[in-house]
This record gives sequence, structure tokens and C-alpha cells, in this order.
Amino acid sequence: MAVCIAVIAKENYPLYIRSTPTENELKFHYMVHTSLDVVDEKISAMGKALVDQRELYLGLLYPTEDYKVYGYVTNSKVKFVMVVDSSNTALRDNEIRSMFRKLHNSYTDVMCNPFYNPGDRIQSSPGGPYFLCPYPVQVGPTSCVRSSPGGPYSCVRSSPGEPYSLCPIQSRAFDNMVTSMMIQVC
Amino acid sequence: GQKMSLSVLESMGFRVGQALGERLPRETLAFREELDVLKFLCKDLWVAVFQKQMDSLRTNHQGTYVLQDNSFPLLLPMASGLQYLEEAPKFLAFTCGLLRGALCTLGIESVVTASVAALPVCKFQVLIPKS
Repeated sequence: MAVCIAVIAKENYPLYIRSTPTENELKFHYMVHTSLDVVDEKISAMGKALVDQRELYLGLLYPTEDYKVYGYVTNSKVKFVMVVDSSNTALRDNEIRSMFRKLHNSYTDVMCNPFYNPGDRIQSSPGGPYFLCPYPVQVGPTSCVRSSPGGPYSCVRSSPGEPYSLCPIQSRAFDNMVTSMMIQVC
Repeated sequence: GQKMSLSVLESMGFRVGQALGERLPRETLAFREELDVLKFLCKDLWVAVFQKQMDSLRTNHQGTYVLQDNSFPLLLPMASGLQYLEEAPKFLAFTCGLLRGALCTLGIESVVTASVAALPVCKFQVLIPKS
């Protein structure tokens, strides 16, 4: 079970960072920040080694007394950092790898979302830009794009009987993916 | 006029290229050097978009690459030869953006231009400034 998951852009600023609400957020932000140095070290070390190709999964970055921090780098130099509870000894390496793979897939989906501008924060709060959708939209927990007359729209909840619904442009799917990783081990 | 529409097409291609640059290299491991990225464009990207590989890749090893496609699918439906030479840029702008976008996601800033001597052969020139 992850207690904190962060997505860091190649320029080393956070695109997305989320931690379990019961803990002090700042502590995890700091841990992720310090882990970036370790990530950079690992990347440059692997680059210099005479290994044919570098793996995307970086493994355990560093342990603290309560937590372990794992890292993963994509081909586009976007980094994923995951903090897990040390007491969770049941979590094995290949489970962490599969969590990172799912994260990578979800991030790729965000990237392919035409409403997402690369470099923006990945947010799913309804504070972002809205657009009017001239027909009642399907109810669903994840965002999906449907083609329809007038173009693709993000589907979100809407009350029945309303001729127009306000659709925020958001990456709910990514958020839900992260939620599932924080609640249970994949 | 035409310049504006070409740059709009190019920027659309750029955005799509950025997304493809994230999605396509999924299973492959990290790229070692620039040439590997260009090979990826010629093989994986071209196959994914046009169902064929690039016909040739040449470089001067100093940041200039020429990618040549002898039967570019977007130009194939038109009469081969010189008849539609003037119309060709419209069909190439998006693809130039596509290449530039994919390179951008993979960490390479570049300038991509296309040139046609005779349809359907076209050459894409990728210039990567040395920093």
C-alpha cells in the first residue's frame, strides 16, 4: 500500500503529488524532493555503465526508519516516486514494478488526452476550465471521451432533466488509478 | 494565409507527436543515444502511423538527419512526378510536427522540415542544434 505517490516532470517540478490524508503531507513532499537527487544519481550511474540498455524501474531509492522510497523513470524523463510503509513487508519487488507499470499506463493516457497540455499539473478538482455539453452526459466515476456531434466531451455526473451540463476538463481516471494503489496493493 | 495554416497543422502534429512519444516506446528500455531515438522514429513511429518503415536514414553525425520515404502514404494518392509539387507542403506539415513532437517528449529539441523533389518521394530533415 503506497502512502505517497508523486509524478515529477523532466524539469524536476511536481506534476502530481498525493499522500494519505492521515499523515503530514509536508513530510512526504520533502521525502519526494530529496529522492530526486537519488534518482538523478541512478540515471547517470546507469548511463555510464556498460549496460546495453537501461531499465525504467529504478528500484529502492532509499529507506528511512518508517518508509521505503521507490523510483521509476520513463523514456520522456518523467519520474514516478512511490513511498510505501516499511511495516508492509508483504509488498514484493515485482508488485512495486507492476504498480509503476500501471502508473505509467495511466500517465500515458493523461498525455494522450487532447485537453491536457503537457507540462500542466495533473488535476481532477473541479476548479479547472469548464465547457458546456449540450446533452445529458453519462454518469461514471472515470473520465472518458465520447465522440458525438460537436466533438469529444469529458463525461461526468449530471443531474437528469438538465438540458446542459457543465463538464470540467479533468483527469479523473488518473486520480482513480492512484486512489486504488493507495487503498490496496495491486 | 498559407503560412498560418501550415503552422497550425504543424502544431497539431506536434501535440499528437508528444502523445505518441509517450505511448509508443512503452515496452522498449531507455534510449542510449540520439541515434537510437532517430531509429525509433524511423521504425516504430513510422510503422505505427503509416504502417511502413522509413526507407532511409542518413546523418552527418553532427546533429543533422535526413529521413527519406520513397512512397510517402500521404502523397501516394496523388499523381507521381512534379504535377502537384506546389500542393505537397500541406500534406507534410502535420508530419513534420509529428516528428518534432515525438522528439520533444523524448527530450530532444529540434527543427523539422520536409522537402519533395518529386512525388511520392519525400525527405524529412531533422536539425538538432548542438548545445
